[in-house]
Amino acid sequence: MAFKFFENPVVKWVEYRMPVFSFLDHSLGSSYPTPKNLNYWWNFGSLAGMILVIMIVSGIVLAMNYTPHVDYAFESVERIMRDVNYGWLIRYIHMNGGSAFFICVYIHLFRGMYFGSYKEPRELLWIIGVFILLAMMATAFMGYVLPWGQMSFWGATVITNLFSAIPFVGDSIVTLLWGGFSVDNPTLNRFFSLHYLMPFVIVGLVVFHIWALHMHRSNNPLGIDVKGPEDMIPFHPYYTVKDLFGMGVFMLIFMFFVFYAPNFFGEPDNYIKANPLVTPPHIVPEWYFLPYYAILRAFTTDFFLYQIVSLGGFLMSAKLAGVLAMFASILLFLLLPWLDRSKVRSNRFRPINFWFFWIFFLDCLFLGYIGGKPAEGSFIIMGQIATTYYFAHIILIIPIVSILERPKPIPESISSAVTAAGH
Amino acid sequence: MSDTANPAAGISDEEEKSRRDFLIVATSVVGGLGTALAVWPFVHSMNPAKDTLALSTTEVDLSPIEEGQSITVTWQGKPVFVRNRTAAEIETARSVKAADLIDPETDEARVQKAEWLIMVGVCTHLGCIPLGQKAGEPKGDYDGWFCPCHGSHYDTSGRIRKGPAPLNLPIPAYEFLDDSIVKIG
Ligand code: HEM
Ligand code: FES
Repeated sequence: MAFKFFENPVVKWVEYRMPVFSFLDHSLGSSYPTPKNLNYWWNFGSLAGMILVIMIVSGIVLAMNYTPHVDYAFESVERIMRDVNYGWLIRYIHMNGGSAFFICVYIHLFRGMYFGSYKEPRELLWIIGVFILLAMMATAFMGYVLPWGQMSFWGATVITNLFSAIPFVGDSIVTLLWGGFSVDNPTLNRFFSLHYLMPFVIVGLVVFHIWALHMHRSNNPLGIDVKGPEDMIPFHPYYTVKDLFGMGVFMLIFMFFVFYAPNFFGEPDNYIKANPLVTPPHIVPEWYFLPYYAILRAFTTDFFLYQIVSLGGFLMSAKLAGVLAMFASILLFLLLPWLDRSKVRSNRFRPINFWFFWIFFLDCLFLGYIGGKPAEGSFIIMGQIATTYYFAHIILIIPIVSILERPKPIPESISSAVTAAGH
Repeated sequence: MSDTANPAAGISDEEEKSRRDFLIVATSVVGGLGTALAVWPFVHSMNPAKDTLALSTTEVDLSPIEEGQSITVTWQGKPVFVRNRTAAEIETARSVKAADLIDPETDEARVQKAEWLIMVGVCTHLGCIPLGQKAGEPKGDYDGWFCPCHGSHYDTSGRIRKGPAPLNLPIPAYEFLDDSIVKIG
């Protein structure tokens, strides 16, 4: 098949001048060998890529009818919903696409953690992934401001105010972000400009991500290196078909939400136009930010972790500590390849780390739950416990377990593991 | 390298090399500095524009505000709380020792006239608007204002007493034009 294709005179003509087809064939085609034992957790990278395309296409069409001005933004989105042909569909795709993007990327990330994909020689691949996550967060945050509802406005106010915690220059930075003395028209304008730009920055980062991936190729559920051709199959047609199948399943679920529960992930308050003089009683960010929000709010003056990191309140305010902790909760992932000293990648062969992985996963879900609750009573205490555990897991548990644990014997090769299992 | 040295001018290889090193460093520094400076206009264009900066002031008529009542006015796009405090509120505000507070400040330093508390109604934590202006709203543990966003409690002088906010509610510049008119800003 591939053979005939490359004999086509037009293909030959292009290939001689720019070898784009063989480049694709080596990247995603029959000339790209892939471990033969990848399971469905390996579908979420290509799913995330597909959603990125969906977001860009739907976003560009939305921008044709959207007006970035405090007096018109809310109305222009309502006009998209009511008057623009299929405007409701395109906006609901964009709105739910944001959530779907984070679902896929979070699964993708925990997949990497479970199977040890961040370890040597894929550290840089992992690091680029963390930067993609940060860029996505910035993009989604600014996008959420654009419809200029109450949550848009107050979410933007709370998050931009985070920077005022920085000593000395904090207030100047916040003024610079706002272009004024509060979140206002200049803020909305620049957020629109940057929201349009950032997805293309993400595309750039994805190119680097894939480049790094193709250097040492995919990890696999066993976490062992491929030993030879018997451990591999060509990407096309095996994984092109599998990825396409995954996309089909994903689209069924995604379009269910778009058509039948389009506001499931949203906040009703964002259908109220922004009012700078009335704070909604309960400000919550979008669901994908809730765990970080819980970490931010855990830092009160009486939280023992705050007392420790600030040397009894001497070094920094609880506000600054909360902000630093929130950023650290993601930035610490950058160090994961070095915090985890175990040579064994996959948790299938790590009997102790296996359990800690799942406890950490539940802890993240629990932080998300707390982040959506008001900061009062027992929610504060529970948030502080979950926050402490979060950092203890990354900074203490991972390194200690990786040194003390005795892994189970790992298979000789991917092929031998399969034959041993009787296939 | 010897063919690039200039024997006619009596310049040795060594001298030639250090001359080039100097030129490379000098051009890099000037070029780098110039590029760095060129970034500033782009950054500064994002700071408040002149029209945004144009000083705005707000005048407030205090006469309709009865004792124990508050109103909210807008100044520079931000809410300003104006409260006609009761004698009991002033009393509680003045009975605490400033040194014991998170952000130590006496009540006397925060008002020009004891009954009129005028402050920017923006929580110093992350910028929400605290509740407590209207009757029936929660006023927090210290009977002043309560920020629902992350649970900051302010006292009857607008000072932070409990919760994540680091500072007291700020006092804007203001002056009494006469007994019942105050100019903020
Ligand atoms: C990384 C990809 C992207 C993400 C994660 C993202 C995320 C978001 C989110 C969460 C919203 C708020 C939705 C709502 O509540 O209404 C939004 C709105 C918007 N986005 Fe994007 N976006 C992306 C790409 C783009 C692109 C490439 C454009 C092209 C200009 C764009 C244009 C818009 C516009 C005009 C709105 C306002 C209309 C609306 O609120 O529905 N987006 N975006
Ligand atoms: S903004 Fe008021 S407590 Fe956080």
